[in-house]
Amino acid sequence: MNETYTAVAAFAQTWGLIYFMILFGVVLAYALWPKNREKFDEAAKIPFRED
Amino acid sequence: MVSLEEGGFAIFLVLLAFACLIVAGKTFDQVMAFHAGIGALVAAVGVFWIFKTYFDDGGEPIPQEIDGKPNYNLGPVKFGSAAAMFWGLAGFSVGLLIALQLAFPALNFDLPWTNFGRMRPLHTSAVIFAFGGNVLLATSMYVVQRTSRARMPGKILPWFVIIGYNVFIVIAGTGYLLGATQSKEYAEPEWYADLWLTIVWVCYLLLFLGTLWKRKEPHIYVANWFYLAFIVTIAMLHITNNLTIPVSIYSTKSYIVWSGVQDAMVQWWYGHNAVGFFLTAGFLAIMYYFIPKRAERPVYSYRLSIVHFWALIFIYIWAGPHHLHYTALPQWASTLGTTFSIILWMPSWGGMINGLMTLSGAWDKLRTDPVLRMMVVSVAFYGMSTFEGPLMSLRSVNSLSHYTDWTIGHVHSGALGWVGYISFGALYCLIPWLWNKKSLYSLKLVNWHFWLSTLGIVLYITAMWVSGIMQGLMWRAYDQLGFLEYSFVETVEAMHPFYIIRALGGALFLLGAIIMAYNLWMTVRHGEAEEAEATPVGSLAPAE
Repeated sequence: MNETYTAVAAFAQTWGLIYFMILFGVVLAYALWPKNREKFDEAAKIPFRED
Repeated sequence: MVSLEEGGFAIFLVLLAFACLIVAGKTFDQVMAFHAGIGALVAAVGVFWIFKTYFDDGGEPIPQEIDGKPNYNLGPVKFGSAAAMFWGLAGFSVGLLIALQLAFPALNFDLPWTNFGRMRPLHTSAVIFAFGGNVLLATSMYVVQRTSRARMPGKILPWFVIIGYNVFIVIAGTGYLLGATQSKEYAEPEWYADLWLTIVWVCYLLLFLGTLWKRKEPHIYVANWFYLAFIVTIAMLHITNNLTIPVSIYSTKSYIVWSGVQDAMVQWWYGHNAVGFFLTAGFLAIMYYFIPKRAERPVYSYRLSIVHFWALIFIYIWAGPHHLHYTALPQWASTLGTTFSIILWMPSWGGMINGLMTLSGAWDKLRTDPVLRMMVVSVAFYGMSTFEGPLMSLRSVNSLSHYTDWTIGHVHSGALGWVGYISFGALYCLIPWLWNKKSLYSLKLVNWHFWLSTLGIVLYITAMWVSGIMQGLMWRAYDQLGFLEYSFVETVEAMHPFYIIRALGGALFLLGAIIMAYNLWMTVRHGEAEEAEATPVGSLAPAE
């Protein structure tokens, strides 16, 4: 039981951390990518474009 | 021709009505008989209504566009907004009653139905699921249509979702009063109500996705992302936390498939994410649409809103174990919950800053527009309660705060301040838009509402801070001989004045909501019509 716990905890503490960091990096890159700026500036105006 | 949708819903409701009748006839359980009776009646009325509208409109398909503009489906939105106001008043009133019951126990009236133990879940469900839920359903249906520039799909489906949800509320609420409960916080409704909500909720998800599918706008606006996260996660949480097996289909009683600490963990995984995805993600969606609309400025940073969204949903889901410090739950699990609660500070405050800074360059509007002021104060309360939450999730702080009134104070700074105010703000915006009115009946009354309820919230949360910390300190006080210094009843006695202050705060909050209901009623009945609505020249407005 204790060994299983240690193994699972070790896995979660390393790969879990890496998984979250990569995910966060991808989100940041998507949000801050210079090419996306125009798209997001347009998107922010959606609530005012309706009829 | 009867469409597949109309026929499908009609057959489903006919079968449901018969199933309910059979259960009502064969059950030995009076509560079940009552609820099955309601089910049969509502299903039968539903079938009647489907055919009545079919014969009234001659089976003509509803136009998707009129004069090149999307023909938005606003009927269910109106219903949801009105239901929200109604349930809000009901839920706040019950809250005031139970606050007074704590101060003056005679108000339990020595009746089982009005006992605190039954009234308390009635209050929490009425304000969270009935008031908050209807606000979320109504605003999500409105926002997704407007930002997609498309009509919601279906003729029966939107009505099934909004009315079906309110039927769930009635079944759940009357069940508590009659003693049918799973005894799990925020998940009290019994198995048959849960099953019904699952059906309604899946239809809601399909309705929302269907509207996005039909969208004319290539980008999905950020508010819709938050709404979608709310709908999907609530489905997942609700189904998992309610995997129960009924004693019999004729009985209201059921048992969960797991037990002990596993059940506790699933319950608080559910419970905390009800806060995270129902009371946070859903209302953040309202913030991202209604604050920019009212301030007439786009959101401060759309990029921040994207980071906010993904960070919030990936982190919130892990925070639940902090509800189970010093229990049978392994310590590593409660540490995990605390760690994620601390990390949660970042997206919470990122979102708060995004909401507040939307006002940058337009701060003067706070002086003249009490509706905008309400929504901005709401975001400030969001910042405050999401600061307090991670603090209380620390094991050392929790050992003092847990099981005391501090928790109640914390919840209400979030519920009254954040959820309440952003909902009030959204309804104040939405009602004139829906009924084509130029503006609200009276901004002065909104001002009264704002100040009365702000005073109420301040009284409420400060009373609970003092009472809770005092209670926690009294519980852990020892004398020189190592005996507990105070008996339990002494702590209750010490809290009495604070209970009265809290009830006063609740009364002010309720008074504000009554003023709001009057204001909205007058807006709908007597507000000045929007000019854009083309009325033929010379035509007279109908007298009312």
